[in-house]
Amino acid sequence: MNAPILRISRLVGLLFAILLVSATVIQFVQAPQLQARPDNRRTLLDNYSRERGQILVGASAIAQSTPSEGELAFLRTYPQGPLYSHVTGYYSYVYGAGGGLESSVDDLLSGSSDSLFYKRIADLLTGKKSTGASLELTLNPKAQQAASTALGTQRGAVVALDPRTGAILALVSHPEYDPNQLSSHDLNGTTRAWDALIKDPTRPLVNRTISGNLYPPGSVFKIVTAAAGLSSGAIDETTQMPAPAVMDLPQTNVGLPNHDRQPCGPGDQTTLEQALVISCNTAFGWLGIKVGADALRDQAARFGFGETLLIPMRATPSTVPASLNPPQTAQSAIGQFDVRVTPLQVAMVSAAIANKGVVMRPYLVEKAVGANLETLEQHSPEQLSRAVSPEIAATLTRMLVSVVDRGTGRAARITGVAVAGKTGTAQQGNGLPPHAWFTAFAPADNPQIAVAVVVEDGGNAGDEAAGGRLAGPIAKAVMEAVVKK
Amino acid sequence: MITTVETIEARPRRGTELLLLFFALAIVLLAWVDTEIANRGAVPAGLATIGGGLLAVVLLMHLVVRWKAPYADPLLLPIATLLNGLGLVMIHRLDLAAGNFGFEGDAFRQLIWTGISVTVAAGVLWLLRDHRTLRRYTYTAMAAGVLLLVLPLMPVIGNEQYGSRIWIRLGPMSFQPGEIAKIALTIFFAGYLVQTRDVLSLAGRKVLGFTFPRGRDLGPIMVAWAVSIAVLVFEKDLGSSLLFFGLFVAMLYVATERMSWIAIGMTLFAASAWVAFNLFTHLQRRVTLWLDPFSAASLEQSDQLAKGLMGMAAGGLFGTGLGAGRPWLVAFAQSDFIIPSLGEELGMTGLFAVLVLYGLFVQRGLRTALGVRDGFGKLLALGLAFSVALQVFVVIGGVTRVIPLTGLTTPFMSLGGSALLANWSILALLLRISDQARRPVPDSDGLSEVTARRKAGTPYAAPAPDGPGQPSARKTGAAVPATDGGAGQ
Repeated sequence: MNAPILRISRLVGLLFAILLVSATVIQFVQAPQLQARPDNRRTLLDNYSRERGQILVGASAIAQSTPSEGELAFLRTYPQGPLYSHVTGYYSYVYGAGGGLESSVDDLLSGSSDSLFYKRIADLLTGKKSTGASLELTLNPKAQQAASTALGTQRGAVVALDPRTGAILALVSHPEYDPNQLSSHDLNGTTRAWDALIKDPTRPLVNRTISGNLYPPGSVFKIVTAAAGLSSGAIDETTQMPAPAVMDLPQTNVGLPNHDRQPCGPGDQTTLEQALVISCNTAFGWLGIKVGADALRDQAARFGFGETLLIPMRATPSTVPASLNPPQTAQSAIGQFDVRVTPLQVAMVSAAIANKGVVMRPYLVEKAVGANLETLEQHSPEQLSRAVSPEIAATLTRMLVSVVDRGTGRAARITGVAVAGKTGTAQQGNGLPPHAWFTAFAPADNPQIAVAVVVEDGGNAGDEAAGGRLAGPIAKAVMEAVVKK
Repeated sequence: MITTVETIEARPRRGTELLLLFFALAIVLLAWVDTEIANRGAVPAGLATIGGGLLAVVLLMHLVVRWKAPYADPLLLPIATLLNGLGLVMIHRLDLAAGNFGFEGDAFRQLIWTGISVTVAAGVLWLLRDHRTLRRYTYTAMAAGVLLLVLPLMPVIGNEQYGSRIWIRLGPMSFQPGEIAKIALTIFFAGYLVQTRDVLSLAGRKVLGFTFPRGRDLGPIMVAWAVSIAVLVFEKDLGSSLLFFGLFVAMLYVATERMSWIAIGMTLFAASAWVAFNLFTHLQRRVTLWLDPFSAASLEQSDQLAKGLMGMAAGGLFGTGLGAGRPWLVAFAQSDFIIPSLGEELGMTGLFAVLVLYGLFVQRGLRTALGVRDGFGKLLALGLAFSVALQVFVVIGGVTRVIPLTGLTTPFMSLGGSALLANWSILALLLRISDQARRPVPDSDGLSEVTARRKAGTPYAAPAPDGPGQPSARKTGAAVPATDGGAGQ
């Protein structure tokens, strides 16, 4: 019986060899994938056991980790929760990281980023608990607060940029929410808060500045159309453009009216500057058809339309529809039909005019610093594209100053400071009141801030909204917070 | 057939065993201290008392071996001690995580059961002077085995837990009789096959190079198959079913030296597995879980396997360290999933060490089967060792996704009194047989052997074989019937 026993012994050896291989596969080969699984509670608990980096605005933390009792070693708190909710996002044990920097810069905050590799090795050798990197933001706390206060209870968004660098100075989306409720270790409370946010018809979790359903831009898009007209040579400052009360749209039996149903100038004609000052629809409709859909789309692309930006949160690209017939082109030229924008994109259009025609890549994180305050990553301003020539930028700046001085943008006038701006009232075409827009930059001769404001559904004013009256004062408040007189 | 002539140097090696026992106990106590420091930041208060108690239990067992089985294999007892101790540490570690320790903890119950099991093993070694005595109880063992198997199906005492009807409950005690049945049936298989091996191996006709048995000789394997099917159908215990059948086929193959039995066994197993898979939804669920434990359909039923895998992944190569991982996130971390718990805290290297310990234990058992001179002893040692190997493969293969997960306990480690008792009894039987296997073979006149024995101070019970250098046990003395087959033919 010894021969079969020896064979059984070999079989047993084989069985154990299989177990050694399977253990190796799980614990060595597949381990990284298994650890990276989003439903891996061990990884989540590991992340909680490490001190997550702070998010700083100026000298104060808007997100920080504080030691906590219990299974989770740290509690994530947001000292000014609602104000910065769409910047920080949330860091929830139940729902993960989301809604802002917490998820888009998770690797740096949690300390798992490759740029922290050598630091982790050092921590391992010295037995120190590793910590995540802290982020210093570009935000201006005064501008952020001013934007949020001015927007008040209205739904909408405010984005402010430094046109010279692309640094984001304010990023406000209303309604806000309190990320502290989601990061709480009271898991039932977290679930309740989450369910309430998900069910809320005003959708507080949506960051309206860079994502969501996007908005029709209305008349603020006329800056793009004007830039296209000047850049293509179709018109110049002196060109008299047809500007009747109602424009007859070719191939259709509907007309494109001015909002006051009056012609924009004597003899149904007007110049580009006057058309911007009174936001003349018919002149821009004519200009749109004159330059053509392709030129319009190209100009928009040079302002950053169609670009997926990571600020580092992902911004939804703004769009001009791909194929347009002449009546659609006319409507698109005044920011209607299917043109869709983010407030960030509108701010970039103003910022480009302010920055002599150059669009800077927008960014939110100035630098990432390690636990010993060593700089890990530092942002350097970067040119995204050239939208218009410096001459055309200067021409448009002069015209937009006129809009605020004596036109529809008077609500944004600041004593002693030249402000360039443009209003917009975007029809939604679904019976809802229009969105009120305002975009501006100041000071016009030495720009420090470019801003875009949208107030949804006419805000508090209901149907009668005109961009200037509703959104103008908000833009003014934000600019006043930044511009040194 | 190869006849291996074993020339074993007759040395008891009890000193080696004692040294290894101290070593095993030191590892266990170190692991315990490590766990306590990681969890509560202090050396356990009961280190001296519990450590001393364990030492006393281990020494008692060692002394019984020294006295009653001086030539027993020196590796078996230290390996069992180490595995049992590591299991205790892990169970205690999970107690700490759950917040119940002291007399409330699972580890305390397991500690009591360890004491009982070692005592029983010592008793078996003490009372059972010669393993061949068990051959007289071949059919008693069968009756006992079958009775133990069907006990959980009885009303009142039978108890269904977690979808398997394999427990009996008497008052506050619950017991898994299948574990003891495993030993009884191994004794029965060994006794029965030794008797019938000649007819099972000689008669038959040749098909495709294999000699297949006659129809009427198929009886025993069909009965074994039917019993394992019954276990599967009525007790829903896939693991035990697989174990019984695999054990029987392996023993049948060794007894008859015919590959055709393996072919028949595999065919029967494959056919019944296919039919059972199509009939029973709980088997289909197991297969779904096995193929992709992370799919939505799998997670809906159980995230146990998935969490176990993630735990092992968290351990990586070197583990989180005892007391520093999170093994409690997996359900049944102290019983069915004690291997992933160890894999998480001791890492792949620790798991390898545990696997090597099991491998050594099984190989020492198989070595005993090779060395022992009587057919019954060979089959019994092989059966016991192979049952441990198969059980380790089925349970560890289950949690590492080699095969579908079934509910078997990890020998010596899992929380559970009946399993511990059964495994220590297996150890006692293997010690007894290995004592016989390693005992010096007396010369044909028996004189030199007598002197050697007197030196060791042990009474001699083994029969004299035919001649020197012949491992056959053709005429095995009064204790064994003359029908006993020779091993060296």
